[in-house]
Amino acid sequence: MQSIHFIVFLPLLAAVAGGLGNRMLGNTAVKVLTTGALFIACALSWPIFIGFLGGSAEEHVAPVLHWVRSGALTFDWALRVDALTAVMLVVVTTVSALVHLYSWGYMEEDPDQPRFFAYLSLFTFAMLMLVTADNLVQMFFGWEGVGLASYLLIGFWFRKPSANAAAIKAFVVNRVGDLGFMLGIFGTFLVFGTVSIPEILHAAPGMANSTIGFLGQRFDTMTVLCVLLFIGAMGKSAQLGLHTWLPDAMEGPTPVSALIHAATMVTAGVFMVCRLSPMFQTSPTALGFVTFIGAATCFFAATVGTTQWDIKRVIAYSTCSQLGYMFFAAGVGAYGAAMFHLFTHAFFKALLFLGAGSVIHAMHHEQDMRHYGNLRKRIPITFWVMTAGTLAITGVGIEGLFGFAGFYSKDAILEAAWASGAPLGGFAFWAGIVAALLTSFYSWRLIFLTFFGKERWAGSEHIRHAAHGDHHEHSDAEDGHAHDAGHGQGTAGYHPHESPWPMLLPILLLAVGAVFAGFVFHGYFVGAEEGGAFWKGSIFFDEHLMHAMHGVPEAVKLAPTIVMLTGLFIAWYAYLRNPRFPAQFAEQFGLVYKFLYNKWYFDELYNFLFVRPAFWLGRQFWKIGDIGIIDRFGPNGAAWVVARGATYARKVQSGYLYSYALVMLLGLVGAISWAIAGFGAG
Amino acid sequence: MNGFPILSLMLLVPLAGAVVCLLAGARQARMIALAATLIDFVLGVLLWVNYDIGGAQWQFTERVPLFAGFSWALGIDGIALMLIMLSVFLMPICIGASWRSIEKRVGEYMAAFLLMETLMIGVFAAQDLFLFYIFFEAGLIPMYLIIGVWGGQDRIYASYKFFLYTLLGSVLMLVAMLWMANAAGTTDIPTLMAYDFDSRVQTWLWLAFFASFAVKMPMWPVHTWLPDAHVQAPTAGSVILAGVLLKMGGYGFIRFSLPMFPEASAQFAWLVFGLSMVAVVYTSLVALVQHDMKKLIAYSSVAHMAIVTVGLFAFNTQGLEGSMIVMLSHGLVSGALFLSVGVIYDRLHTREIDRYGGLSINMPYYALFFLLFTMASIGLPGTSGFVGEFLSLAGIYQVSTWVTLICTTGIILGAAYMLYLYRRVAFGEQKHADAAAMPDLDWREWAMMVPIAAAVLWMGVYPESFLAPMRQDIAALDARIARARPVGDSQVRPGKSGAAVQVSATAHEGAH
Repeated sequence: MQSIHFIVFLPLLAAVAGGLGNRMLGNTAVKVLTTGALFIACALSWPIFIGFLGGSAEEHVAPVLHWVRSGALTFDWALRVDALTAVMLVVVTTVSALVHLYSWGYMEEDPDQPRFFAYLSLFTFAMLMLVTADNLVQMFFGWEGVGLASYLLIGFWFRKPSANAAAIKAFVVNRVGDLGFMLGIFGTFLVFGTVSIPEILHAAPGMANSTIGFLGQRFDTMTVLCVLLFIGAMGKSAQLGLHTWLPDAMEGPTPVSALIHAATMVTAGVFMVCRLSPMFQTSPTALGFVTFIGAATCFFAATVGTTQWDIKRVIAYSTCSQLGYMFFAAGVGAYGAAMFHLFTHAFFKALLFLGAGSVIHAMHHEQDMRHYGNLRKRIPITFWVMTAGTLAITGVGIEGLFGFAGFYSKDAILEAAWASGAPLGGFAFWAGIVAALLTSFYSWRLIFLTFFGKERWAGSEHIRHAAHGDHHEHSDAEDGHAHDAGHGQGTAGYHPHESPWPMLLPILLLAVGAVFAGFVFHGYFVGAEEGGAFWKGSIFFDEHLMHAMHGVPEAVKLAPTIVMLTGLFIAWYAYLRNPRFPAQFAEQFGLVYKFLYNKWYFDELYNFLFVRPAFWLGRQFWKIGDIGIIDRFGPNGAAWVVARGATYARKVQSGYLYSYALVMLLGLVGAISWAIAGFGAG
Repeated sequence: MNGFPILSLMLLVPLAGAVVCLLAGARQARMIALAATLIDFVLGVLLWVNYDIGGAQWQFTERVPLFAGFSWALGIDGIALMLIMLSVFLMPICIGASWRSIEKRVGEYMAAFLLMETLMIGVFAAQDLFLFYIFFEAGLIPMYLIIGVWGGQDRIYASYKFFLYTLLGSVLMLVAMLWMANAAGTTDIPTLMAYDFDSRVQTWLWLAFFASFAVKMPMWPVHTWLPDAHVQAPTAGSVILAGVLLKMGGYGFIRFSLPMFPEASAQFAWLVFGLSMVAVVYTSLVALVQHDMKKLIAYSSVAHMAIVTVGLFAFNTQGLEGSMIVMLSHGLVSGALFLSVGVIYDRLHTREIDRYGGLSINMPYYALFFLLFTMASIGLPGTSGFVGEFLSLAGIYQVSTWVTLICTTGIILGAAYMLYLYRRVAFGEQKHADAAAMPDLDWREWAMMVPIAAAVLWMGVYPESFLAPMRQDIAALDARIARARPVGDSQVRPGKSGAAVQVSATAHEGAH
């Protein structure tokens, strides 16, 4: 038994015990059990990570159990530990432990707490199996396991139809990606004769330039495999085309959004590409595809984020956009930068979500930012940590002095895109710059709408309920057209309270990460020399690219800061200086606004293209295919012939069994006589 | 166990039980049936424990010549062993499921079930062509009775359909068997498995067998008897129908069609692929729009069985082993799903999905088991469903990427219809007072659910226990059909660099 066994399996044990024990054990026992298991896992994970930082640790694989051996296709349960895994271990266990703790406060009044904590721990186990996978199939196990946990947690409040719909959507859309992942595994096995990751990565360069048949055409082998696997990553990491489930996943409780739909699960796709980076490096076409999808997603999601009113949806689109950054970083070959952004993003995005949860908690489950305003004095700690998170995501910092986490990781990505010389590097750079502007705008918009301006709480039904005063009979601005600052003004006599310490402590700890994670760790992740020593070949690490990053023109280095300030200025102007401006803008550019507000109409399109046709086809196949054709001309037709229109039912009941037995008997007699005759002759 | 006729004993115990049940009262009949099935289960475990993995291909053989070459010949290989285990494992659970829900003619009902157990084991253990035929066809008679006497309202139509489809196939198969016995001069199945029929004759023989097995599977478009049969059958009838009877088609392919007619199998592989691809997409979509729980699960069975057929006709180890695991897994999972339906049907007496809702509130443990089986049906890794599906599809990928792509859409559609079902049954508000008042599982239902759940997880986490006994037999079959193996459409061709050639050479070796 090594510590990695405890890290991975303690959460599983806690989940099973807590989930089955449920009401027998009681709320407190289950919460102590699961949270305790996670804090132990976290405490065991950091030494492993520090070991790799110090250069003393070596990669190793801890075996667990045989899984499948079928001919040449064999794979086992095993836990792989290397620098890449170590990074994920600390991210997953730290955020998970903090989210467990946070949930003590956030879920305080929920009647179903044991189930919630059991699901959270189950998720953590599956995620740990994913990041410790030594073969593609165990990675797929973790992949589907986190999908199951995500499904269960999105639908945690299972009485809500919207939560159920969102849960199913998340699972099914992810399965579309999984189709690609599975085909990718099959193809990999066909080409390399193994699904072991180290063996594949070792053999991959030898397959460069070979071709393979796929769907009747011939393609470059490595391109086919990488693109198929990447389609899996697109599903899990909500990239353009397969992103539609992520915003809906916000139906889940907010701690879930922080853990699963921001910090850990959705980054699994990035992890996968980095884990397989030597393989992706053999196919420039696949890398180009990754770059394009990443850059397009990072731009697309940022545009949508600028128009949403639901505080969690803004952060969800922001997550989608930041994942896009990570992917195009990987696409241009800067895997260290991709992992670095994954690392810093985990802290500041979990912080933003948990902070949003604190706001929602204070505002009695109201999530519409139109009904917030001037909260900084009522919930000051939440305000300050959210501000720290915003400084981190927008990338505030001064070169050579100090910067918040995102300053180091996002700038590294943009500089790498510029310096890479990859065919789509320039496109990715500009998409990233525009997205950085939009990020700054929507992030500060969130802060200004929530914490500044006048109180607009009276417009909220939740608040009115809480305040027991229905004297503000304003109709809700539900149509979601334009922001009307004059609507539902006032506090409605409501007094928001700062969240309890179990919630504030995790946020404060994450804030430390959001402030310092970039400053402390950037050398290890993206430093040209230190990086190579840290990663030790667990990802493809391009030292030349890391050197080139530092040599980009001054303008490129400054560009992120300039657009960040521009975004801040626009947000300040539109939401503090001249609050009428957004409404006027939305009116003047109605079409653009509607297009963005409706998320580029992806949901409507998919509904029209896939969901409704599936149900329609199902009904046709059933009513026309099965009943109208097969049954009509098959058994019913035969019955008609036999019975000549007479009512056959009675006869059938008594008759057929005997006639059947008779046919069998006759057959047997015939068989035996033939056999006797045959053998007699032979 | 040398020389001890354990297989005959396993056939005899339920048969004797059946006779006693006919004479006994309701309460005694239940006890006798449970005792007989449990004894058979214990014998099955003994069989498994004493099975020598890596030993002789046919073990526990018995041979008593009767007349004119026709003999009482029994014996099993690993494939038959696993299917016998599935049967004896599910039988006590079926008796348990019928404990309270069957109130009329209990003795006869239990006798029918016990008789069926004898015949099912007989199918998998028979080593004589005509002995197999008797068991194979006679096994359906108790099933007709179970549907026709203890079934629902439209039981007559359902059993009629069942009869009609089966009749056609079995007559053709019998004719083919007669021809084979005559041509090869033997009715011994192991001998026939190594006999090389003329390839033109193989075509006709293959088609005759196909007619019978395709109906049993069932494959599209001869599947429409299955939803009706399931809907009308009592719970335990559905469990056995889905759990074991559907496996006879797959067993037939693996025991007869593939080893006896390898060339014809290769020749018709595309017919099988075509029908299977249609089945996956077509029946999955039909499952999506069902209002009746049993119909939905029945249609999903057709889709799952299509994965079995593509795997079998992939002509490689992964495909064959995967298909076997899918069969075993589907036997457990669809059986468990029908049991789950039975649990709430016993309480509310309707299969209408919309009459339920919010069961997670009043039946949390039921919801948990139902979730596990739903996930196993979807093929979540860690459950039995995944291992089989994954191996089967990995096998077919080596033959055709198109077939793999179409069949793998089953994982999307499967998730859609199963989760949609689960949502309407277990999630949402409690819409109906009577459904909301249903109590959670009682101890009898726990006793039925727990063993299946354990087996599903066991097969998902450590399938080696189930693969190991079959390995040698699959390898033998693989070697037998290797000569007809089709060429895959995804051959790797090395690029210009010299290193590539070397790697692809080793990779090619590994791909088999």
